[in-house]
This record gives sequence, C-alpha cells and structure tokens, in this order.
Amino acid sequence: MEYFLQQLINGLTLGSIYGLIAIGYTMVYGIIGMINFAHGDIFMVGAFIALIAFLALVAIGLTAVPVALLIVLLVAMLLTALYGWTVERFAYRPLRGSFRLAPLISAIGMSIALQNYIQIAQGARVKPLQPLVTGNYPLIDSGAFHVQISNIQIIIIVVTVALMLGFSWVVSSTRLGRDMRACAQDLKMAALVGVDTDRTISLTFVIGAALASVAGVMFLLYYGVIDFFIGFVAGVKAFTAAVLGGIGSLPGAMLGGLLIGLIEVFWSAYFSVQYKDVAAFSVLVLVLIFMPTGILGRPEVEKV
Amino acid sequence: MPAGAAREKLKAAGLDIFGALKDAGIAAFVAFGLFSLIIGLRTEQGITGQLILLPRPELLFVLVALVFAGRFVIALFFRSGLAHAGRTIISPDLRKKLDYVGSFMGVFLLLFALAIPFLFYSNRYLLDLSILVLTYVMLGWGLNIVVGLAGLLDLGYVAFYAVGAYSYALLAQNFGWSFWLCLPVAGILAAFWGILLGFPVLRLRGDYLAIVTLAFGEIIRLVLLNWQDFTGGPNGISGIPRPSFFGIPFTADETGFAARFGLEFDPSHRVVFLFYLILALALLTNFVTLRLRRLPVGRAWEAMREDEIACRSLGINTTNTKLTAFAIGAMFGGFAGGFFATRQGFISPESFVFMESAMIVAIVVLGGMGSQIGVAVAAVVMVGGFELFREFEQFRMLIFGLAMVAIMVWRPRGLVAHRAPSIFLRQKKEIPPEALEEVQR
Repeated sequence: MEYFLQQLINGLTLGSIYGLIAIGYTMVYGIIGMINFAHGDIFMVGAFIALIAFLALVAIGLTAVPVALLIVLLVAMLLTALYGWTVERFAYRPLRGSFRLAPLISAIGMSIALQNYIQIAQGARVKPLQPLVTGNYPLIDSGAFHVQISNIQIIIIVVTVALMLGFSWVVSSTRLGRDMRACAQDLKMAALVGVDTDRTISLTFVIGAALASVAGVMFLLYYGVIDFFIGFVAGVKAFTAAVLGGIGSLPGAMLGGLLIGLIEVFWSAYFSVQYKDVAAFSVLVLVLIFMPTGILGRPEVEKV
Repeated sequence: MPAGAAREKLKAAGLDIFGALKDAGIAAFVAFGLFSLIIGLRTEQGITGQLILLPRPELLFVLVALVFAGRFVIALFFRSGLAHAGRTIISPDLRKKLDYVGSFMGVFLLLFALAIPFLFYSNRYLLDLSILVLTYVMLGWGLNIVVGLAGLLDLGYVAFYAVGAYSYALLAQNFGWSFWLCLPVAGILAAFWGILLGFPVLRLRGDYLAIVTLAFGEIIRLVLLNWQDFTGGPNGISGIPRPSFFGIPFTADETGFAARFGLEFDPSHRVVFLFYLILALALLTNFVTLRLRRLPVGRAWEAMREDEIACRSLGINTTNTKLTAFAIGAMFGGFAGGFFATRQGFISPESFVFMESAMIVAIVVLGGMGSQIGVAVAAVVMVGGFELFREFEQFRMLIFGLAMVAIMVWRPRGLVAHRAPSIFLRQKKEIPPEALEEVQR
C-alpha cells in the first residue's frame, strides 16, 4: 500500500510534465489539424535553455534558489516561445493549403534539425545539473517503507496546476482565447468575421512552446540530467497523452498526461522498467484503434 | 524632408532600403534571442565533473550578422520574387525536350548500374557504396508503394526492414537454411507483420496512421533491444552466414566459387555478387510495382491517394486496398532487410532506429511521391551526399532536416519528378497542382 502511494505520487509528477507538453500538441491540432512533430524537441530546447540559464546565474553569483528558479522559468519561457514562433513561421506557415501530409513531413524535418542543432551547439554528451531543490516531507512512515513527497515534486505539481488554471482562464475569458476557439471551430469562417488567424495560430505556437519549456525546466529539476535526444520519446508520450485525453481538448490533455505518467510509473514499478516505453507506445496504438476520440474528445466528422 | 524624399525616390526605383533595414533589424533581433544562450554559451564538463560555461561571443556575433545581412539582401532584392520561388514556369518546348531526355534516363541509369562492377572492379569502397545506394533505392521503391501510390505515410517502415533482417539472421543461424530459402521467408514474414500491424490501424486518418506506424516501429525496435534470449539484445546477432553463389561458397579453397569457375580467388567476387543481387532485388521491386500499377489494385491505390472518400463512394474496399499496399511494401522491406543481414554479417537494433525510417521517407518525398525514377535519383543523391559530407558528420543531419522542410515549402511534389495517376479519362491531361491541393485539403 505504501509502495503504491509512493508510485502514485511519482506518477502524478511525471504526468504533470507530460500534460504540459501535451497541451501544445492538442492546441495546435485543434486549430490547424496538424501533428506538430517538432513539439517534443521544443520541450528539449526549453530544458537546454533552462540549464544554461541556471549555469549563467550561478556564474554571476546569484544563488538564491527561489529567485534563480523564477528568473530561469521566465527566461526559458520567453526564449522557447521565440523558438516556437520561428518554427511556425518558417516550417508551417508557408505550407498552409499545401497537401495533407506536407506539414507533418516538414515537422519531422524540423524535429531532426532541432535535435542536431542542439547537438552541434552543446555537444552530444548528457548534461548533469547538481540538485537545486532538495529536501522532502515524509507522509507515512510504516517502518518498512517511507512514503515521501519531495519539494521538487510539490513545486512541479503546484506550478502545473497554476499554469493550467491560468491557461484555462486565457482560453475561456480573453479575446485571444475567443479567437483561438473560433479558429478551432472553423478557420475560414473565423477569418471572415475578422479574426486575425495568422496571428492567432502564431500565438498558439508561442503559448504551446512556453508551456513545453516549463515542462523542460521541471524535467531538468526532477531528473537532473538532460541530453539532446529527450525530446523524441517525451514528445511521442505527450502526443499519446493528448490523444488519450481526446485531441483538441485542454482538460483532456492534462488528464491524458496524468494517465500516461501513472501508466509509465506503475508499469515500471510492477512489471518491467525496460519495457516502459513499449507500454506507453502500446497505449497510443490501442487508444487510436479502439477509442480514437479519446476520453474527453468529440468525434471528428470527415468532410469532403 | 530630404530623407523622406530620398526614401520615396528609392521606393519608386524598387529599392526600399529603410524597409529592408527594418526587416533585417527585426530578424537579427530574433536571431539574437534564439542563439543567445544556446550558441553564445557552451556547456562543458569541468574538472570537478560539474558543468561550466564557455562563452562564444564571436560565433554569436557572426551568426547574428549573417542573419542580418541575409535578411537585408532578401528583403531588398527578392521580396516579390520569393513568393513565386519554385513556381518557375518551364516553356512547353523545353518541357517536351526534358520529357524526351527523361524517357531515356531510366535505361541509361540501368545500363550504368549494370556496368558499375566492371568500371570500378578494383575500387572496393565505391562498390560498397553502390550496394548501399541500391539498398536504399530498393527500400525507397518499397516504401513508394505505401507512400507514393497508396498515399499512406508510414513512419515505421524500418520495422519491416528489421523483421526481414532478424528473420533472415535467426533462420540462417538456428536452422542453417540457405540464403535462397531464407530470403523469401524473410519477405513473407515481413509481409505477415505488415498485415498484422496494418489490420487494426488502417482505419485511421493520414497523420494518425503516421504516428501509429512510428509507434510500431519503436515498439519492434525496443522489443528487439530487450528480448535478450531471442535476439541477443543490444549485442545483436553476429556471424550470420554469408550468401553463396547458388550453393557454391565464396571461399578460397577448392570447392569455392573461384576454383569451380577456374578463376583466381578474389574477395571482390563476393562483393560483385552482392551488387548484382541487390540490383536484381531492386529491379524486381520496380518491376512488380510497375505491373501492379496497371492492375485494378494499383489503380485503386492511386485513386485512394487522390481522394479516399470518392474512392469509398465508388465501392472500393479501402481497408483491403490499404492492407495490400502495406503488406506488399512491407514484403520488399523484408527482402531488403534479409539482404542487409547477409551483407553485413552482423545486425543489431541500432541499425533500425527512427532516423532510418525518416531517411527512407525523405528519399521518397524528395524523389516525388509515386515516381520510380525520382526515388532512384533521390536515393543516389541522398546516400551519395551523406558519403560526400562524411567529415561534416554533425552538420549533415542538420542540413538533412532543414532540407526536408525546404522541400516541403518550395517543391512539395518532389524535387526530381512529379507524380501523375497512371490512368486517365480519354486523354492525358495535366492536372493543375492547385486543383489537387484543393481536393486534398
């Protein structure tokens, strides 16, 4: 029971990270109907920006952890958002109206390019970071097994919840959110009634990238080690989360993320660590076959 | 105001320097933001094992300056031209001539391929490279059935390549089956896996299908990596039997190929044999594809690629049509895998990563989906280009990725050739790309 509780906490933490990435997939898919294959690599770029920002802050002597964390989060969000904007501007916008598979192929190219860009700029070795946030709270102590939640886990869950609330507010109650929902319903119609669709799509990518960068910061803090390849697997898992929750649905993305995190952690804990990625990929396949609309999604009508 | 007047004058002459400067300034600012941390500071392992930062301001400055200059030039001179780049109109006259030359291209390439072992007999490196290129030509043609003809984006094609390679290796090692028995079995097993994987997923829409095939590719690779007892795990399988000349091994002793045919022993015999083997396999793929295109099933593939809903309305069973494309494509992938195993003598899961799938997809896309000759040329260009830039190991993958994006932006129908349905109503009509794009949206 204690073991189960501990895995539950770990799973929720991992799930929060996946959920933050999944939002980027689900928003972009909801609006322009493309799978932004490079999104996982945007997450990776965010983690690298955070790593370098941390080191830079340490180098200039700023070592107060809460302040440093805040600055790093802001810097990572800002610069990663810029990456998201650039990728959309160069790799996807010119393809609007091209044939069906063009954006996906372009996105795969972008994903390969981003990975190798980071590899060239920062080297192929794994990058360790000394733990910044330490300490934990014991929750249950049964003698044989301690259930504990670490500070970093608390930070991850709190930040994720805060961002989710903030983002839901943006989507439901601001001009931008209204534009986004309008674009998701019908891009052409939205343009006709005066929504600046190009700008809205750009901003969707920007917000998605910013959220992915937060996930990158959390990943860096949680695992303490990153490399240029983390984006691929995390990206596919987050996409799985988006599909599982129902693509196009924001609460669905978060729910899917949590479920995927839990599945992965419990699979590793009770079955086999080696096959944890196989489990996540199998969930993707199974969901797409048996429940293509996901848990909270609406069925998609195929139109001529 | 003199400045304003000067500006108007330049604008009238078609040169908007101030506007271009503004654009370039914004681009440089964005570039600075993008590169500032990632390029400007490099993380390195310090002496104590902790990461340290090495600033690289010169590099950062050079890159930002390059972006500024590039954007300035583009904004100044190509502003109107850029939108039409890639839509160059070739005069019908030239087009006819090009088509005429193109019709001989296939024959010429084939003759050249047949002559390669004689031309470069002593150059082992070039022979090996040609074998590699032909392997990719075959893989490209195999995938072309799935992507080019049937319009299904398969991002896990390498899985079938892996199934073929492992089937061949395990059968040849555990049961001692000969090459000529193992090869068809490898192909059939790959096709079987194609059907097995394809059956549940082929109801999915284009991009979902792509992701699911990617997931399948990764699952197969991970299973190969972790199922130690069966596949040897990360160590792979080594000592795979080499192919024989219809039962006669390529060895130096009396029963070997050289002695039987009264030749002096030369290790190149085996390489030449392998070369003709893969050439024959690739040509078989091509031949089967060309014939299939004329059969009802091939017509159905192309119809499905152009418009799936119309296809279904006409009573074509799209699931079966997709499944045949998937299985036949997988079978050729399996053949190529079997060949790969026997050529290398060693296989491991590392040869079957997602990048391989991406590479084969890129060959098909670059060649123009559905065009046989285009895929062959693209394979030569890509694999040859990869070899040429071997020293720039890291940069070539970066360029590769960017090239995929650039092709999609400028020539989404492929650099080399354009596809056209092989059956037409009454007369051959050029379908304007705009019309097709409208349909496919």
